[in-house]
Amino acid sequence: MILQQLVNGLTLGSLYALIALGYTMVYGVLMMINFAHSEIFMSGAFVSLVSYMRLVRILPPIEALLISIALAMGSSALLAILVERFAYRPLRRSARLTPLISAIGVSILLQNAAFLFISDQSLAYPQIFTIHHFHGWGFEINSLQITILVVAFVLMLSLHLFVNKTRLGTAIRATAQDPATASLMGIPVNAIIALTFLLGGALGGVAGALNGMYYGSIKYNMGFVPGMKAFTAAVLGGIGNVPGAMWGGFILGVIESLAAGLIPSGSEWKDVIAFSILIVILLFRPEGLFGQRVTDKV
Amino acid sequence: MTVLCSVIECSSVSRQAKVIAWSVGLLFLGLGPFLLQTTRFAFLVRLGGIAGLYMLLALGLNLVIGFVGLLDLGFMAFYAIGAYVAALLSIHKMPFLVCVSAAVAVTVLLRLAVGFPALRLRGDYLAMVTLGFGEVVRLVLNNLDRITNGPKGLPRVGESIAPISLFGLTFSSNLHYFYLIALCVLLGVWICHRLDHSRVGRAWVAIREDEVAAELMGVDVTKQKVLAFGLSAVFAGVAGAIFVHWESFVTPESFTFWESCLLVCAVVLGGMGSVLGVILGAFCIVAVPEVLRDVLGTTYANARYLLFGLSLILMAIYRPQGLWPSRRRSLELRRAEAGENTEGMSE
Repeated sequence: MILQQLVNGLTLGSLYALIALGYTMVYGVLMMINFAHSEIFMSGAFVSLVSYMRLVRILPPIEALLISIALAMGSSALLAILVERFAYRPLRRSARLTPLISAIGVSILLQNAAFLFISDQSLAYPQIFTIHHFHGWGFEINSLQITILVVAFVLMLSLHLFVNKTRLGTAIRATAQDPATASLMGIPVNAIIALTFLLGGALGGVAGALNGMYYGSIKYNMGFVPGMKAFTAAVLGGIGNVPGAMWGGFILGVIESLAAGLIPSGSEWKDVIAFSILIVILLFRPEGLFGQRVTDKV
Repeated sequence: MTVLCSVIECSSVSRQAKVIAWSVGLLFLGLGPFLLQTTRFAFLVRLGGIAGLYMLLALGLNLVIGFVGLLDLGFMAFYAIGAYVAALLSIHKMPFLVCVSAAVAVTVLLRLAVGFPALRLRGDYLAMVTLGFGEVVRLVLNNLDRITNGPKGLPRVGESIAPISLFGLTFSSNLHYFYLIALCVLLGVWICHRLDHSRVGRAWVAIREDEVAAELMGVDVTKQKVLAFGLSAVFAGVAGAIFVHWESFVTPESFTFWESCLLVCAVVLGGMGSVLGVILGAFCIVAVPEVLRDVLGTTYANARYLLFGLSLILMAIYRPQGLWPSRRRSLELRRAEAGENTEGMSE
């Protein structure tokens, strides 16, 4: 029973971690909560579903699926860059609250665009491949969960290598540390900020597509709850901290699944538990489990 | 609309004109609904009452966002708490004054309980704590079936929430509630206006502009933040209690994150820290979607929130000070600009 909940929790957690990476990287370079990230995630789910339904008529299902996920990744990355360019960049020098207002505006805009132009109902996400169940010692894992875990793991590993081993990754870290100095060192700060939005958006888009496959349905307002949970995960791991967001995602997913499985009527209370964790962590350890305390600059 | 226009125009004119504009505005506010009540525009009276409740909430939220500069994304939670406390007491046949007082007391206490630890946090962290708290309150109301009747809402079958009766007067129609709410809004405006021009208000604005500098000048930052936080809950408690008696029904779905967002938008659209601006902002978030619904026709009615989101982005970029900015703030800005100019000349 506990092992089963662990497996479910890790699957859920890997989705949270993928979304959380988007929040944490943007926060790292801009010190701003990208409130619209949950809608980027939602757009990924919609693009993958719509393109899959078109492609499956002319291609075998697996290839159609791969292309639709790639399209979701690309379109979400593009959308994230557009949002940065038009809604956040003009506000980079303004008071702290203003970009957040703009972000809320973007969130409302995108949600209602999906509501108006695609569907106001929840859409069924087709089951693409036959799901095999594998039995382990006291738990059961299906091929969909394995796919999600593998995809998430590969993406996170490549992101980790990209941020730590490449020149562009170094530029991202430098911008996060000190944008002014980074720009003096010849780093094109605006392009690097756009790059973090691109990476975060791409991961969010894939998470959206995987989320649609896992739960079998998508809706225009599907972004809010996973978005909040992923933000909780990012805070849990220390916001701005890339490995922290991954760990935070897994920890939150596991806690949530254990709560849902072990506490009576736990599935009703699992969201309360997740949000309570958010509040408690922010109040007592705002630097997160793995972060370092940063003092306010005067 | 005429009322608001007449008030807007007067903001830069002489004192006498201001007095005239206010009296004309109040006259419209007093007589308008009474005359409309029997015509086919009777729905405007109800809409006015709803706008009034949002105005009360926005006035309360403005104390926190506009004056002290702390972002609160879960204000609806306190409206919900006020409404549920009043509903539970009213079901047990408590008189309205008891319901309101209890609603205010519980709201303020809970607000302080959240506020004390949370107010140490930096801006956007505080925003996330309040957002999380807002969601927790809504989910708890949804799940605590034994007390709140869950998603089905209060009152349960066989119970009822009596309409307000005050001093032998029973509030039975929308018109009665309109006047009650209008009175509360006027009182709220007066309180906020007096606060704005008091020592407390100046301390709040000082914290908003620069917390460290304010502390160095002897402002007790924590105490002032807690004060603003607590006072804002009074508005939420009163509005919640009136709302639940008017509707005589309440479910957790009235208090979503979306509603909290709308309130923040009301404050920002109107002009953070500007009392009358916030009133205008609250009016806009209730009236604009309704007007757009008529203008766009039924097929495009759903596009109104799309336009609303777009207008928020555009406001943030092109008019961050709001539709009707606070006088003090614009004066300060003008003075700062003038200061820069003289500096430039002396060089």
